Amino acid sequence: MAKMISLTIDGHPITVPEGTLIVNAAKQIGIDIPVFCYHPKMEPVGMCRQCLVEVGRPMIDRVTGQPVMEGDKPKIGFGPKLETACTTPISEGMVVLSQSDKAKASQKEILEFLLTSHPLDCPVCDKGGECPLQNLTMAHASPQSRFLFDEKHHAEKHVPLGDLIWLDRERCIQCARCIRFQDEIAGEPVLAFYQRGRATDIITNSEPGFDSVFSGNTTDICPVGALTTADFRFGARPWEMKAAASICAQCPVGCNVTLNTRREAKSGGKVVIKRVMPRQNEAVNEIWMCDKGRFAYHFTEDANRLAKPLVRKNGKLETASWKDAIEEIGKKVQGNKGEVVVLASGRLSNEDLFNLKQLADGLGGEALLYTHMGGGELTTSFGIPAGTNFSGMGKETTILVVASDLYNEAPLWFLRLKQAAERGATLIIANARETKLERYSKFAVRYSYGDEAETVSGLTKKNKIGEAITAAENLVVLYGSDGLGLDGSAAVAAACAELVKGRLGKPKNGLIGVWPRANDQGAWELGFQPADNLGKLLKGKTVYVVAADPAGDDPKLEAALKGAKFVAVQELFLTETAKLADVVLPAQAYTEREGSFTSGERRVQRFYPALPPRGETRADFAIIAAIAKELGLELEGRSASLVMDKLAASVKTFAGVTYRKLAETNEQWPIVGRGDLYYGGTTYENKQGLGVQLALNAPAPIPSISVEFLRPDEDQWLAVPITRLYDRGITVSTSELLRAHIGEATVLLHPETAKKLGVAAGGQVKVNGFRAEVRLDATVPASVALLPRGLGFPINAPAVAELKKA
Amino acid sequence: MRVVEPVVELARGLWTTLRMMFDKPVTIQYPEQKKPVKARFRGRHVLKRYENGLEKCIGCALCAAACPADAIFVESSENTDEQRYSPGDRYASTYEINMLRCIFCGFCEDACPTEAIVLGDQYELSFTDRRQSIYPKEMLIEPVPADAKPTPQKTEPGKFTRSVPAMKDPQD
Repeated sequence: MAKMISLTIDGHPITVPEGTLIVNAAKQIGIDIPVFCYHPKMEPVGMCRQCLVEVGRPMIDRVTGQPVMEGDKPKIGFGPKLETACTTPISEGMVVLSQSDKAKASQKEILEFLLTSHPLDCPVCDKGGECPLQNLTMAHASPQSRFLFDEKHHAEKHVPLGDLIWLDRERCIQCARCIRFQDEIAGEPVLAFYQRGRATDIITNSEPGFDSVFSGNTTDICPVGALTTADFRFGARPWEMKAAASICAQCPVGCNVTLNTRREAKSGGKVVIKRVMPRQNEAVNEIWMCDKGRFAYHFTEDANRLAKPLVRKNGKLETASWKDAIEEIGKKVQGNKGEVVVLASGRLSNEDLFNLKQLADGLGGEALLYTHMGGGELTTSFGIPAGTNFSGMGKETTILVVASDLYNEAPLWFLRLKQAAERGATLIIANARETKLERYSKFAVRYSYGDEAETVSGLTKKNKIGEAITAAENLVVLYGSDGLGLDGSAAVAAACAELVKGRLGKPKNGLIGVWPRANDQGAWELGFQPADNLGKLLKGKTVYVVAADPAGDDPKLEAALKGAKFVAVQELFLTETAKLADVVLPAQAYTEREGSFTSGERRVQRFYPALPPRGETRADFAIIAAIAKELGLELEGRSASLVMDKLAASVKTFAGVTYRKLAETNEQWPIVGRGDLYYGGTTYENKQGLGVQLALNAPAPIPSISVEFLRPDEDQWLAVPITRLYDRGITVSTSELLRAHIGEATVLLHPETAKKLGVAAGGQVKVNGFRAEVRLDATVPASVALLPRGLGFPINAPAVAELKKA
Repeated sequence: MRVVEPVVELARGLWTTLRMMFDKPVTIQYPEQKKPVKARFRGRHVLKRYENGLEKCIGCALCAAACPADAIFVESSENTDEQRYSPGDRYASTYEINMLRCIFCGFCEDACPTEAIVLGDQYELSFTDRRQSIYPKEMLIEPVPADAKPTPQKTEPGKFTRSVPAMKDPQD
C-alpha cells in the first residue's frame, strides 16, 4: 500500500496515495482542472499549459528543518509562478488553488492563445458537441479575443493520414495525444510532429500512412476535431445519435463498445449505425478498441442480408413464410431424429448456442462447433477463474503465449500484454516465427512447425524460462492457432494445461484460448465439440448449419454438404452453404437483438439491440425454439434473458448468471464520458454492465494427443495456415473501408524459398492449384509457405503442399 | 328616474353604432386583399442563397438542435469542387421542416451560423394531408438568382477552402 498524503485543493482536504498527480487528486473530489494534453492513460507531458494552478507548500525553516508555523498552522509558501497540475505530484501539506484569480487568468489566456490558431469550424466539425476545446472555452475562456481575426493561422484542412484517418491541420492544437498514444500505448510510433512553432504539423512516417490497427483510438482521444475517421467524417452531429451498448463480435477479446445510430434519409429512412466507439471496461478493453471492431460493423446493415425464409421448391430456393419453412424442417427432421447434426460457430450468442445444444440433445443428435481450433474443454476447467484480467498483472506474473500472433488474432490482448510486460510481467512468446509482441517479451522460444506441443512440454526444463514459469507467483498461458489445426491446437492446449494444472482456481492463473470467433469460449462452456472428420460426418445426415459457412471455406465440405440428406441453414447472408440448403432461415444480427457473448477471458457480457430487425428476421434462439416446438420439444424462445435463466440453471459454470447481474457496474478509473470531457476524449462511460466471469468446471483428465508430424520431401513445402486480422470473411469484406486492407490471396515465403522457386515479391505462385501472390518475409522459416486463413485457400491445418511458379 | 336611465343608455349605444357606419372599416377582403406583414413577422421558412447561387446552408443542423418543437431534420453531405452546393465543407442533402410541429419561434434563425434559414413573410400554410406538412428542401430554398448558376456548381479548386464560410457580424 502506497503512503497516503494529505493536501488541500481549493479548500477541500483530501488524502490520496503518494505519487498521485494534482489533476487526478482534484478529479477525485469533483474539481475539474482543465486539461488538453494530459490523459490519464498516458505519461504526462505538460505541453499545453492549460492546467496551470497555484501551488503552495509548507515552508521549512532552513536552520531547524522544521515547518514554519503561523499560529497553529504551518505557513504556506506559494511560488512566484504557476505550476502544471498534470505533471506535479502531490506532497504533504500542499495547498492547491485552481480557482484563484491568478490561476483562472492563466487558464483564460492559454485558451485565448489556443484559439488564435483554431478555426471556428464548430458548426460543421465532427467533434462539435462533444469537444473538450468547445467545453473548456465555454467554461473558462474570455468571450473576446485580443488577437486579430485576420491573422488567424490557416492550414490544410483535408489531409488523409492513412485511408482510415483524416487530419485537419488547422484544428490541431498540438497536444500530441495521438502521437503519444501511438508511441506509448500502441507501440507503433507512426505519427510525429513536423516543423516548429505555428507551423507544427502532425505527420505520419509510415508507408502506407498511419499503419496501425489502433489508429481509430486517436480520433477518440483527440481533444478537438483534428482527427476524424473516414467512416464517420461528416456522418452526423454527435447529439443526434442514439447510443446502444454492445460487444464487439470480431474476436474473443469481447471489447465493450457503443453503437451510435441515427435515422438517415440517405439510407432510405432506415436507422443505421453511424459509428462504433469503445465503452469503458478497465478489465477488458480499457477505453480502446481496434480498427477491425471499429470499421467492420457494416455487415449487419448490408443490403444483401437475408430478410425472408427460403425453401427449396423444384430445385430452386423460393421465398416462403416462417410457418412453411419451420414445418418443412419439422417434416424432414421428424423421421431422422437420431441423424441430426447441428453445426454452429462461435458467432452465435450463449443463448443461441444453449438452445441449439438442447435441441441437438433432445433429438439425440450431435452438436458440433465449426472451428479450426481445439482444446476448449481444457479452458473450461483449467481456464482463468473470476478476478483475472490483464490490467492487474505485473511483476509477479508470467505470461506465456504459444502459437498465437496476438496482433492479428486479438489486437486488444496484444495491447494489454504489452502493457503487462511494461509493468514488469515476464512475457514468454513461443512461436515458429517472429510475431509483433515478441518485441516486449523477456524470452522468445522458436520451434519448427509440428513441434509446438513438445516445445511447450519442454519449456520447464529450460533453465531461465523454466524458472520463470515454475517459480512465478502467477502463470497465465495463452494459446492460439497460428500454424495449427484442430489436432495441433488441441495438443498444444493439453501441453499448456499441464503447465497450469497445479495452480487451479487461483486468480490470475490459467489457460486462455485465442479463439477465431467471439463466442467460441461460450460454445465450449456449453458442451459443443468440433469434429476433425467433418466431411465424413455430414454425409447422408440431416444437417442444421447455424452461422457458419463450411461450403464457402472448403470445397470438400461443400461436397459433403451436397451429400447430406437435408440441409437447413440459419444465416445473415445467402452464403455458399445457404445456396446448397433446402431451407434457409434469416437470422437477426447481434446489433438487432439482445444476447450475451463469453469472451476468451471467460467473461459473459451482454449486448443490447441498437437497430430495428431487418425484414422478417428473427433472433437465433427464437428460431431454434420454434423448430424445437415443431418437433415436440419445449425450449425457451420468448426472450434472451429467459433463455439465460434456463442456461444458468442447467450449466454449472454459468450458475448465478442473470441479465441483471451482467448489467451491474461499479465506479471505474479514469472517469470518462461524463458531462465534462476533459480526460478521455469521447469515450463512453460504462453504464450497461461490466460482465461476469464464469466459474470453473471440475478438472478433467488432460488428454494426450499425438499429432502426425509433417516433414515435407525435397521438392515439397509445408503449407501453414496463419490468421490475418482482415480476411475475406463476410463480416470484414462488407466494410468498404477495410476492403483495401484485405487485399489479394497472398502467400508468405522466406526470400530463400522464393529464390528456390524462382519468384520475386509480387510474383504469382500456385499452392495446390490455388493462385496466390508472393510476399517475402524473412521471419518465415525456410521451406514453409504461410497462408493466411480466409483468403480463398481451403487450409485449416498444416499440410504438405505443392508450390509452383504460376 | 327608472324610465329615463335605460333610454339614455340605449340612445348612447345606438349613437356609437351610427357613428361606426361612417368610420373606415378594419376588415379587408382576404384572400383577394392581403395586408402587408410587419418587418419582424415570423412566417414560413426560406433557405437563402448567396448571389452566386450557392446555398448558404452548410448542413450543420444547429437549427435542428435549437428547435424546441423538434420540427427540423437535417442531413448533410460533403461538397466537392465538382459538385458544390455551398461554400463550406458540407451542405444539407436533406432539409425538412414539419410545419405542423413548428411553432415559429425563430430559434432556428438565431442558431444559424451562416444566416441561411430565415423566417419569411409567407403565412398561408394550409394543406389537406398531414404528409404535406413536411416541407422538403426543394420547397424551402429560394430560387437561384437570375444571373447565377443553379447548384450543384462546378467550382475551381482552391477557391472554397473554409469549412464554414467567414461571416461578417450580423447587421440588424
